[in-house]
Amino acid sequence: MKGVRHYPGFLTMAVACLVILYAPLIVVTVYSFNASTSITTWGGFSWRWYGDVFTGPEAPRFKAAAWNSITIAVLAASAATTIAVAASLAMIRGGRFRGKSATFALINLPLMVPEIVTAVATLIFFSAIGLVTGYMTILIAHIVFCIPFAYLPITARLQGIEDSYEQAARDLYATQWQAFRLVLLPLMLPGVISGFLLAFIISLDDFIITNFVKGAGMETLPTAIFGSVKQGIKPNIMAISTMMLAVSVLFVTLSYLVNRIGQRTRS
Amino acid sequence: MAGLTPSGQGNGSGYRRIVAPLLLPTWLMIGIFLVLPVLLMAIYSFLTKEFRGGVIWDFTLASYDQFFLNRGLFGDEPPVIEWTYITIFWRSIWQAAVATLICLAIGFPTAWFIATRPPRSRAIWLFLITIPYWVNLLIRTVSLKFLIRDNGPLNEPLMALGLITDPLPLVNTNLAVQLGLFYSYLPFMVLPIYAAVERYNFALSEAAADLYASRWVTLWEIVLPVVKPGIIAGCILVFVPSLGAFLAPDLLGGAKTFMIGSLIDEQFRGSQGNWPFGAAAAMILMTLVLIVLMFYARAQAREGAR
Amino acid sequence: MRWMSTAIEIRSAVKRYGTTTALHAVSLEIADNAFFTLLGPSGCGKTTLLRCIAGFEDLNEGEIRLFGQDIARLDPNHRPVNTVFQHYALFPHMTVLENVAFGLKMIGVSLDDRRARAGRMLEMVHLSAFADRMPTQLSGGQQQRVALARALAPEPKVLLLDEPLSALDLKLRQAMRVELKTLQEETGITFVFVTHDQEEALTMSDRIAVMSQGRVQQVGSAREIYEAPVNRFVADFIGETNLIEVTVERIEGDWARVILPGGHVIRCAAAGTSPGKHHLSIRPERLSLAKTGELVATIERVVYLGTDLQLLTRLTSGEAIQVRLQNSARTEVPAPGTQVALHLEEGAARLLAD
Repeated sequence: MKGVRHYPGFLTMAVACLVILYAPLIVVTVYSFNASTSITTWGGFSWRWYGDVFTGPEAPRFKAAAWNSITIAVLAASAATTIAVAASLAMIRGGRFRGKSATFALINLPLMVPEIVTAVATLIFFSAIGLVTGYMTILIAHIVFCIPFAYLPITARLQGIEDSYEQAARDLYATQWQAFRLVLLPLMLPGVISGFLLAFIISLDDFIITNFVKGAGMETLPTAIFGSVKQGIKPNIMAISTMMLAVSVLFVTLSYLVNRIGQRTRS
Repeated sequence: MAGLTPSGQGNGSGYRRIVAPLLLPTWLMIGIFLVLPVLLMAIYSFLTKEFRGGVIWDFTLASYDQFFLNRGLFGDEPPVIEWTYITIFWRSIWQAAVATLICLAIGFPTAWFIATRPPRSRAIWLFLITIPYWVNLLIRTVSLKFLIRDNGPLNEPLMALGLITDPLPLVNTNLAVQLGLFYSYLPFMVLPIYAAVERYNFALSEAAADLYASRWVTLWEIVLPVVKPGIIAGCILVFVPSLGAFLAPDLLGGAKTFMIGSLIDEQFRGSQGNWPFGAAAAMILMTLVLIVLMFYARAQAREGAR
Repeated sequence: MRWMSTAIEIRSAVKRYGTTTALHAVSLEIADNAFFTLLGPSGCGKTTLLRCIAGFEDLNEGEIRLFGQDIARLDPNHRPVNTVFQHYALFPHMTVLENVAFGLKMIGVSLDDRRARAGRMLEMVHLSAFADRMPTQLSGGQQQRVALARALAPEPKVLLLDEPLSALDLKLRQAMRVELKTLQEETGITFVFVTHDQEEALTMSDRIAVMSQGRVQQVGSAREIYEAPVNRFVADFIGETNLIEVTVERIEGDWARVILPGGHVIRCAAAGTSPGKHHLSIRPERLSLAKTGELVATIERVVYLGTDLQLLTRLTSGEAIQVRLQNSARTEVPAPGTQVALHLEEGAARLLAD
């Protein structure tokens, strides 16, 4: 007799779930090492497609796209994290103030609005004010939707820090700014880093909004991949996909580890 | 006295005075670049389209008109309902609903299973379930497309083994799109249900068994009603994004599976686009989402009052 | 008079969790129509044993028989025993009436029938007015009675109660003790009651099994357990006692000659001991101050307890002895530092096996 937690078939479902989730990714990873040009038959193990990504005919295009993606992600994540830290301080340490729930709704708004609606609205806006679509428009749009993603871990961390630390610092003649810089910020750091990593990945991965506001001649990595896929799935696409996969997994693990370290120094 | 609580809401906190400057960047960014654009989009839906793709500031109901009716409300002949776009919307609702159901059918047992593991393996299971989510959605959809294609890694072995003679007609079908949506949003179903099951009091299941209920009767009569909030949250988190999804229908579907996301996207590409019409479609989508969210909020409030 | 049959028979039950053994070959017989209590400190195995009877845990070895039938392999929903859980486990999304009717619904009673029967159950616990309320709207005591009604509704042969009164405050607990005892007598169902509170056990039970570290230390009536403890654990766990080390000089039939510290020799029941060093248990209320006595002690502290006077004394050989005197119109309260003689009442000293 098994306990009340046991249901026959549920283990199978969970395993099936994992299989379904990982199968496409594993397949793509495996085929990215396929030596033959045909994507359907296996021709042996090879790194050639990875090489092709960096040196092949499409390489310049992908390089430019990757450069755009990475720089935009760094800038957007930095801006969003800074803005989110300020917002978090106000919401968590600011007590009650008028417009607090409105602010809370505002911060969560990018998460509530369907992506395609955001994309359309943003495009319309830029067009209406005459801002030429390109790098700047992508960057601005990214900052906006990265804010809530950075905000979440930062707030979670800040909520767990008692304000007795800052009070002790003030008691010992520190100014507000010093108390923040030397006491609160270091304690908040795991949350801030986690927020930055999260925002970075979200920006790097974004497709729909970027696709709308990028205008012609501008590519990020996802839009470049999409354009290429529209013409048919080629092996170098799989190589790029695998690389992006690896980067994502790396970032998630980093974020997880940062959180773990943060746990150990938790007040 | 002043704020020795963890959340630091005491009035001794010096941040109180600088709340406004702290929140200014947030208000500026989101206010100017999201709220304003959405309002502008609402206005655009009432404008006239410019043939090069753009707008003329001429107010009209033409877009909404075009959406629902074949001939104008104000024309000579009586209006006839235009089914094309309504069908697309209806199909999107349907696809999103089916995808949600698939997520629920597979996600619930998975979430239950993980929540009933011992703590250490539970963390590993959670990690494994959420990693795919962190992979770029585009990449995941492309990978899925690659997997199910006619001469791809799914069909080839099956045909070679003689299990099937023709490749499974998966690409460009409703099923493929539903599969894509399921694949995109499954963790959003698993995590809220997991949280609810984790809080579940298993003594209730023991009491039910003690009173002669079988395992499955217990599930239906006791477990599901108690974890219902988590299930609803999961369904909302899958249904809403699925409604407006673009990638899955675009890459995995075809003409027969045209959905709202693609419809809207189409309006802003090239010179055939109709910006006001696209804006109108986006407005209707947003209204749908708001209705769903309102139902959810009301259900939450009712639960809280109980 | 009913022929007393055995409701539950447990033979050599062993339960292990990994490397720890929760139950070491426990054997018990619980008579029908009895109020039987499993008493012991946390971790003694009493709740484990209860859960094994209910069916939520499997035994590694041993048998459990219900009126002669082996139920060890049955799922909990196939055993005609019902449980009152420690924190009630009332279904939060059902009304009180639906909760009570649940077991009846599971065994297939029709809607009208089960509403009537559940209603009668609620009357029995005086909660008819709350039939349509939700469990969260009830107080702790009321929830407890609903849990009771729910477990009794399917008319089980045995009712298991897992520390049901521990979450209630004192006055309520005392009232519930009487109610439960009356309920058991009226329904004639065998109650198996688990508690760590010895006063509760002593006031309610027909028979008590004292458990410690996965073993049954002693089974008996309240009086037997209090007055004739078999070992140091039982003597110490139930009430208060003085434990002193003595030497058994020799055994004469059922009696033993025992040398007390200080040299005095007394005679007491052998209780299965053999010559050598053993422990003696003397209840504080069975000692009195006298001109001459078997023990000589110095008073260290006098504590006034209203109804009693508690004297903390020390023998010349160093052991601490507690004496309880009932307060009466006493002219003298002995001062600390005085040396007194302590007299043992007839049969006050119990030799313990360990």
